[in-house]
Amino acid sequence: MPTKEMICISCPMGCMLSVDYDETGVLKVTGNQCKRGEIYASKEVINPRRVVTSIVPVIGGVEDMVSVKTATDIPKDLMKDCILALKNIKVQAPVEIGQVILENVCGTNVCVIATKRVEKKL
Amino acid sequence: MINKDIVIIGGGPAGLAAAIGAYEAGNKDIVILERDNQLGGILNQCIHPGFGLHTFKEELTGPEYASRYVKKINDLGIESKLETMVIDIAPNLIVSAINETEGVIQYQAKAVILAMGCRERPRGALNIPGTRPAGIYSAGTAQRYVNIEGFMPGKSVVILGSGDIGLIMARRLTLEGANVKTVVEIMPYSGGLKRNIVQCLDDFNIPLKLSHTVTKIHGKTRVTGVTIARVDDDKKPIPGTEEFIECDTLLLSVGLIPENELSRKVGVKINPRTQGPIVTESLETSIKGIFAAGNVLHVHDLVDYVSGEAYLAGKNSVKYIDGLLNENHMINIVTQDGVRYSVPSSINPKNAEDLSLIRFRSTDVYKDAYVSVFLDQERIIHSKKKIITPGEMEQVTILKKWLQDRPINSIFIKIEKE
Ligand SMILES: Cc1cc2nc3c(=O)[nH]c(=O)nc-3n(C[C@H](O)[C@H](O)[C@H](O)COP(=O)(O)OP(=O)(O)OC[C@H]3O[C@@H](n4cnc5c(N)ncnc54)[C@H](O)[C@@H]3O)c2cc1C
Ligand code: SF4
Repeated sequence: MPTKEMICISCPMGCMLSVDYDETGVLKVTGNQCKRGEIYASKEVINPRRVVTSIVPVIGGVEDMVSVKTATDIPKDLMKDCILALKNIKVQAPVEIGQVILENVCGTNVCVIATKRVEKKL
Repeated sequence: MINKDIVIIGGGPAGLAAAIGAYEAGNKDIVILERDNQLGGILNQCIHPGFGLHTFKEELTGPEYASRYVKKINDLGIESKLETMVIDIAPNLIVSAINETEGVIQYQAKAVILAMGCRERPRGALNIPGTRPAGIYSAGTAQRYVNIEGFMPGKSVVILGSGDIGLIMARRLTLEGANVKTVVEIMPYSGGLKRNIVQCLDDFNIPLKLSHTVTKIHGKTRVTGVTIARVDDDKKPIPGTEEFIECDTLLLSVGLIPENELSRKVGVKINPRTQGPIVTESLETSIKGIFAAGNVLHVHDLVDYVSGEAYLAGKNSVKYIDGLLNENHMINIVTQDGVRYSVPSSINPKNAEDLSLIRFRSTDVYKDAYVSVFLDQERIIHSKKKIITPGEMEQVTILKKWLQDRPINSIFIKIEKE
């Protein structure tokens, strides 16, 4: 049964996890200080996922750029593709926090949403 | 001259939380003065997730975290003045500021809260031989370029210093298509959080070279590369270990210093270790009525802690105005044996909350060691830690009742092997 050592990145504590797993999945996680550590380890061994953040240009806003993020984590391998997919996007001001900027990014069924409010330029 | 009970300098997370703390403690005569054109401070350029897990139980990006506080400030109707820079604080609590529309504005305050945050160590502090071509940026400046203005500082990048901003920028630039060749750190350990090493460097196979530094910058008009070398225990480059790395950009992530020009000018006592004001449990500085919170006090890893601390400063400023802050019976907090500094540096049991947090950083990396707290001779906390590193802030909790049972002169915080 393989064991993997990893650092939990779910919070700044950065617990050192020890993960026992086999082809059926994760069997045992130790070293975590909370439940999130276990969830992280289970995902990380089988299908590592990350939240991606970037910015996109705003047309007619008080600021030129608005910050965005994937609404939930997406497969780690798709991070760069996600950034590329955002290269062609521009949004019209006003932009609200949580507004969908791009649906189903890279076929992940995850939306990219705005993380900042940008008002219209008067 | 405008009369204002509470004048808050800086509208970053510390200033915002201090205002809410004061308001909720019952004083609504508050103004926040911010030199930027928006509230939120440095959080506006920190577009990555990792903020607010403690406070909101969800992981927010910097702008999202800031917006929750800004919304609250607006909902409560707390006054803030943007593009207004404070230029002076007088010992009698007259605060002078300037802005384009009103010119010089003066406030006579009853309490002042310092929340100016920190700035990056200037490049001049680093003595790297070679020319000074274009393509050298501090990590924070690069973060602003990429995340607010939307342009890339370069195509191939070396980062000097492994503080969190440098690590975050390594990932950000990589995802935007740059080739981040390596992160070079002079210390034998990283200055940033472990989670950032994993998700910003390991995820992208960016090598972290510990005990290395940049010894030369190449290029006349634009950076063409850097020479790096291994350093010995005295941080001196070891001859023969030099290596040339081609790059067009060098980012410096060599640390932050609290922004305390105003505090120094008015005569607030500064702790040479933190470069921030010396404060009591109530976050009061050496000048009565002047409080401080957030990165102006000491560099925090987590914005959640900044908000908590600043809320308390706001609340205590109201206590002070109401004459409820007791100024006697200070117990000194003494740091020794591996503890570099603590904030606060004294506790008055009469003013303390039921639980008082004392935050500190270690001088070095300690493995399987104990954080110990002594009330005079008596050891009251002895807690084992797998690892204690200067890169991560530690904290201990002191219960008010421990300090009330009997007279105590000093609290000692140290790191013990066993
Ligand atoms: C460049 C940089 C990048 C950072 N990146 C991260 C990160 O990626 N992740 C993380 O967790 N933490 C990061 N931090 C730490 C982060 O700053 C703190 O967690 C938090 O923002 C501190 O809040 P604050 O309110 O004390 O300071 P700040 O957010 O710096 O706010 C201070 C405010 O005071 C204003 N001000 C200063 N002087 C005056 C004056 N004289 N008059 C009027 N206004 C004034 C400034 O304009 C600013 O808005 C970063 C810090 C810096 C400097
Ligand atoms: S296990 Fe829990 S406490 Fe430890 S790093 Fe992960 S989320 Fe944080």
